Parts: sequence; C-alpha cells; structure tokens
Amino acid sequence: MRKTSLDAVYELAKRDKRVVFIGSDLGIGTLKQFKAEMPERFFMEGVSEAHLVTMAAGLALEGKVVYINTIATFLTRRCYEQVCLDLSLHHTNVRLIGSGGGVVYAPLGPTHQAIEDIAIFRTLPGMTIVAPCDAEEMKRLMPQTLDWDGPMYIRLGKGGDAVVSRPELGFQIGKALLVREGSDALIVTTGITLQPALAAAAQLEQSGISAGVLHMHTVKPFDTEALLAQAARVPAILSIEEHTIIGGLGSAVAETLAEADFNTPKRFKRIGIPDVFPDKYGSQATLLARYGITAEGAVAEVRKLLGR
Amino acid sequence: MTATLSSPKPPPVNTVKLDERSLALRRQIVRTIERGGRGHVGSAFCLVEMLRVLYDDVLRYDATNPRWPERDRFVLSKGHGCLALYVLLAEKGFFPEAELWRFCKPDGMLGGHPEFGKIPGVEASTGSLGHGLSFAVGFALNARIDKAAHRVFAICSDGESNEGSVWEAALSAAKHRLSNLTVLVDYNKQQSYSTTYEVLDLDPFADKWRAFGWAVEEVDGHDVAALRAALARAPFHADKPTAIICHTIKGKGVPFVENNLNWHHKNKVTEDEVKSLLTALEGDR
Repeated sequence: MRKTSLDAVYELAKRDKRVVFIGSDLGIGTLKQFKAEMPERFFMEGVSEAHLVTMAAGLALEGKVVYINTIATFLTRRCYEQVCLDLSLHHTNVRLIGSGGGVVYAPLGPTHQAIEDIAIFRTLPGMTIVAPCDAEEMKRLMPQTLDWDGPMYIRLGKGGDAVVSRPELGFQIGKALLVREGSDALIVTTGITLQPALAAAAQLEQSGISAGVLHMHTVKPFDTEALLAQAARVPAILSIEEHTIIGGLGSAVAETLAEADFNTPKRFKRIGIPDVFPDKYGSQATLLARYGITAEGAVAEVRKLLGR
Repeated sequence: MTATLSSPKPPPVNTVKLDERSLALRRQIVRTIERGGRGHVGSAFCLVEMLRVLYDDVLRYDATNPRWPERDRFVLSKGHGCLALYVLLAEKGFFPEAELWRFCKPDGMLGGHPEFGKIPGVEASTGSLGHGLSFAVGFALNARIDKAAHRVFAICSDGESNEGSVWEAALSAAKHRLSNLTVLVDYNKQQSYSTTYEVLDLDPFADKWRAFGWAVEEVDGHDVAALRAALARAPFHADKPTAIICHTIKGKGVPFVENNLNWHHKNKVTEDEVKSLLTALEGDR
C-alpha cells in the first residue's frame, strides 16, 4: 500500500509541477526515480517532523501540493500542533501519508503504533482522513488527492493486505462504499478492517444472519447520509477498527446514530483497541486477535447484538 | 569566507536616540493598546526599528495588491509583537487605520496574534512560537523551485529560540543554502518569566547560528542606520541564509517599560498608564 501510494505521488509529480514530496528519513532508495528526475521537488529533511510539516505548509501556501511520508505516529503525535495550526488552520494542501496506521508495527512497540491518529485528527477543522483497505483502493484514491481542497491524512496499512475492494463500486473521497448488503446487521469498517468484516458477513450468512458491510474509507468528512440510510434498515450495528475505540470510526458512528431519529430501536457495539497501549509484541495479526479485531470477533459481537 | 566561532562583542544598546518616526510609531502602538485595552507592549516596542526599516527600505510589496506574486515575503514569527506590525501595515495602506481602533474587538480583524487570511500583508498565522522560521524556509524553497527573485524575511525572538523547531528550521535552511532567506533575531534577553540567562541561556547566541550554518552579523536593533546597512549587505554569503542578531531592549522607548517584565503583556492597560506612556513618548529622549 505504501509503495502504491508513493508510486502514485511520483506519477502525479510527473504530470503536475505543483507536486512536491517530503520525507523525513525514509528507507534507502525511496522514490529514487522521483529524486533523479525532479530533484528540485524532492526533499528528505531529516527527523524533524515539526519543521517539515510547517515547511510543507509554507510551500503549499505558495501553491504547491505537498506529500509528506513518514511513520504515522511521527506525523500525528510529534507534530500535532504544526498539523493543527499550519495545515488545518491555514487549510493548506498538504497530504500526510502515515506509514503503519494502527498496530502494523506491532513488534516495535507502542512508540510506533498509531492507535489514536484518527481520533486526534478528527477534531481538526477541515482535515480529511482516508484509510484505504488495500493497494487497489489506494490506487483509486491517489489521483483524487491532487485537487482535493485542504489538508489530508492518508493512513497506510501494512502492505500486502488481501485485495477486497472492487473497482465496480467506484471510489470517491468522502463517500462510503456499501460493499455488501444485509438486512439483519450492519458492519462499518475503515482501512483494513473491511477484510475481517467481509469474512464475518460470509460466516454469519452460513447461520442465516444477513450482515451488510459499509466501508468508510474516509472517516472525515464522515458520510453520515450513507450510514443513516443503511443503519435504518437493520436492528444491529457494529463498528470495527484498528484504532482505539475512543474518538475514531466507532465514535463517529456512535455520534451519528445517537443523534438520529430511527423508527425502530438499534443495538450498537464498537470493536477496537480498548483504552490501553498494547502491551504485547508479535505481529499485527496477533495484536488484532488480542483485541478481537477479527472476523471471529465481529461474528461474536453481531450475534450478541442480535441475541442469535 | 569561513564561519568562525569567535563571537564579536555585541554592539552596545540603548545608546541610540529614537527619532521622531520611531516615537510616533510607538505612540500609535499605545493608541492601539488603548482601544484594545490589552497587548504585548514591551514585545512590540522592541521591534519598531526592525519593522520600520524592513517596510520603509527593504521589502518589496504593493499594499493595494498584498498577494502580488513578486512581493518579498515577511513572517513575524514572534507573533506576539504584532502591534508594531499592525501599525506599520496600516500606515503603509494594507488596511485602513480605523482597523487599529478595533484591535481585539469582536468586529475587528486584528487580534492579539497576526492571522493569515484575515489581515492583508500577513503571510502566515503566528503566535505559537517556533513556527515562523519553518514557514519562511518553505517560502524560500518555493522561490527557488519557481526560480523567482523575491526574498524571504522573518523576525524570530530569543525566547522563541527555546523551541527545538527553530533549530530544525535553522538546520534545514542551511542545508538548502537559502541565501534568499534573512532572519532578524530579536535578542532582548528577556522572556516572560525572567531573563533568557535565567530561563534558558542561549549564549553564545550568534555562535549558535553560525554553527548551524548561517552567515551572521550582530547589530543594535534600535539603530536604524545600522539595521539599514546590515540589511543592505544581506545576503552576507552567497550560499548561506542570513541571520542578523538584533540586540534590543524590551520595551525600548519608555523608561518604566524598559526591561520591566510586568510590561511583557498587559491584560489591562489603564487610562493613567496610557497617559504616562504617551507622555514618555512625546519627549526628546
């Protein structure tokens, strides 16, 4: 997914002189071709995220479209004030590409796990947050980032994530995708939780439960219309995210549902990382399993919500 | 030319007698504070000479077309000194003087820190310290990418230089050999709580900038002729960004405000205080 997004930045830069790339201290050879062909628009600025975010804002105020890539925690936690004031307040066209959203860097520990990135960015006025589910969806997203108005955070998955997105459903920033229809329950996803949600829906179908899947690749602006339309049709709604249950997708769903005026009662549950820093190593998969962010976890919660 | 780490003795300050223009600008700051009832008084006073030289003699701009692409960019990274900037922007015609009288008012566009998008002539919202130099680096890099001839200027402060981001930006500007970037560093040796020596000592300050790859000179920040001459010489080096360390006196121009930290920021300025300030600024000092 990261390679797909950075390759897309290179392609965008080739066709549009406004495109500038800034990395912090990325792996050797990253965007080698970009650097060779367009050195004046390629910057590797060192481990200085506070500076490079504001520098990017300066470039963007002058008309550039700036893509920054580094590890998600360093782009969200360390330079939060720079993101808030220089990207959000100035409404600059800077795209933050955060590597390793969620618990991708499980073996590296909590310093590298971006588990509250969506929550803290959701509070920033004018910020757009996108979390594609696979490399193919990333391919559809990237061309749309060029002329998008204002700052954007692009949350990257691990890479090699199973491709479940479907081109025929299309892709538009800010528009949720109904990936599967269902009449008993609705599972709402973002990023790579679409994969376990689809597996859960398939398992539930085996036992006669019809679960729909609504993929919120864009968490902000939040497609409340799509959520309400689908939620109205079912008694049970489940959100599943690779993120703390505080402030992220689940919270956005909860806020929307709580303010809605449904004709029938609803049950709702959030799956995500509880209010803790993950205390184990292992792999992304083992940490997701630890917190039930899995197909099995989703099946169990849907059953509980429905009492079936 | 090679950088040396032997800092020349800083020029003496407070030997310069303020001329009528400097006094008049300060009186206008006081009148603005009078209407707003508050403001960073001392912080604005120490910037007056730097700003007047920039706007009178150095910066290229068109007040009637503030976004003129060929303008020089100026960032007041020390955003809390904005009263001095507002007074000059009004005088130069970026906005009507009447805006000054709405300082910090619900219907005004001038707040306690300058905001981009609201105030013509303001290139970036500052106020939170440690951002402005990075904005300036971005502007200067953009000029280089676009092969544009305009230059970029910023004013940072000493207290601000406590922030690590200032030094990240300093490294970056030197790495990119941004000779189109000039920074005036307001070195009044005071910050909110106490002196910079007590809170977080910056000395040898000029040497730090040199060590970070900048071409550096030190001037008396209230000496208009010296500032003019230094800015006329900038860039000091064809491959380096320029830093001019401006030795100043916080609150310069009014004896009871000078180096008096009670005047760093005033939430409430009384009628009597305004009268005393104006009286002090009338005189022939």
